[in-house]
Amino acid sequence: MPIDIDPSQKFQDYANPGVLVSTDWLSDNLGRDGLVVLESDEDVLLYQTGHIPTARKIDWHTDLNDQVSRDYIDGEGFAAVMSRLGINRDDTIVLYGDKSNWWAAYALWVFKLFGHEDVRLLDGGRDKWISESRELTKDLPVVSTTSYPVIDRDDSSLRAFREDIFLHFGNPMIDVRSPEEYAGERLSAPGYADEGASRAGHIPSAVSVPWSKACNEDQSFKSRVGLEAVYLKDAGLAGHSNVIAYCRIGERSSHTWFVLKYLLGIEKVRNYDGSWSEWGSLVRAPIALGFEPGPIPQLA
Amino acid sequence: MSTLETAEELIRDFAVLRDSERLDLLLEFSEALPELPKRYADHPELLERVEECQSPIFLFVEVDQEGLTRLFFSAPAESPTTRGFASLLFSVIDGLPVHEALAFDLDFPFKLSLSSAVSPLRLRGMLGILSRIKRQLREITES
Repeated sequence: MPIDIDPSQKFQDYANPGVLVSTDWLSDNLGRDGLVVLESDEDVLLYQTGHIPTARKIDWHTDLNDQVSRDYIDGEGFAAVMSRLGINRDDTIVLYGDKSNWWAAYALWVFKLFGHEDVRLLDGGRDKWISESRELTKDLPVVSTTSYPVIDRDDSSLRAFREDIFLHFGNPMIDVRSPEEYAGERLSAPGYADEGASRAGHIPSAVSVPWSKACNEDQSFKSRVGLEAVYLKDAGLAGHSNVIAYCRIGERSSHTWFVLKYLLGIEKVRNYDGSWSEWGSLVRAPIALGFEPGPIPQLA
Repeated sequence: MSTLETAEELIRDFAVLRDSERLDLLLEFSEALPELPKRYADHPELLERVEECQSPIFLFVEVDQEGLTRLFFSAPAESPTTRGFASLLFSVIDGLPVHEALAFDLDFPFKLSLSSAVSPLRLRGMLGILSRIKRQLREITES
């Protein structure tokens, strides 16, 4: 049984009004048949300290990543995680998390690689729920396992690989990291833990739009008009239908991917999850320094 | 958790647990992280930020009159894993003679059997904290 979308006026302006729910809506709909609430956090312990009633925990590192290859789990792995979490293929999923929903958006992106139809984000995430003094519990929900079907992961339309970046030059790219990371001023100092890339800077021609520009102060998404000003006007995406977003490991960029794809309705938006931790270590990959995008590389 | 544990004891404690229990134990450490003393609570500028942790954590290292290492941390309750990492390091390093703290095994975070429960990427945050503890100690002893 499909669950109605949140009729909040703000959401009706987005290209896809059904991909967000408000804290009010979630509060009213908790416990409904066919609705599964999932918490996806950067912090692996946060769920245990208190979560939205009925919410189950999904962890990007330990549940959704392949534990050997740098990749996501395959169809069988995804089916196993879904079945363990008691999720059916036609369930409505509401994801929320810490850090302005970075990891919730990341999980949503992976759900979409497996074509799960109805996945929504809680606008404002965990922080907004808590700031409104809504109920949290440490009680673990009782979950009956399900038999989620094995679906092949489809990377073709939502995911970009490094080869795709070379083919993409000339089309817009968004770097959603901090300005310091973009400019190449920041890479781990000697003697500190390795940050995962051997060079600093950004992919030439990529425009800097830190992910947080998509958010209001309470971490909810800006209105359609606000988002259009940031992305279509300032970042120059107006009239473009093929965009790639990246960050360091792909989590902040899935937040921006969500905005471009679902809230603004840009036709083809891919998340380059290899992101800087791959590009910045890739032999002979072109890199630009400073705050300007730099010229489109001329490849031999 | 008030008495000093050795790194070997802690490594053994974690090794015998299942992943879900390892997370529970990490959470216990997280909740046991000592509060900042007033002299630092009132002077946040004295604390050094650990950039390797995506969550904000600040630390300060002292050597007391007996030549023992003293650690101080500040991390928000919304970052229980980072607090847990700090608390684990506190439990095995706070109170060590400086030369022992300086020689402390940099591989310790990866010996705690937390890789599958927490992920190697997250564990790097603990290495970041540990590296900075040692660097501050070196700066103190060299000055």
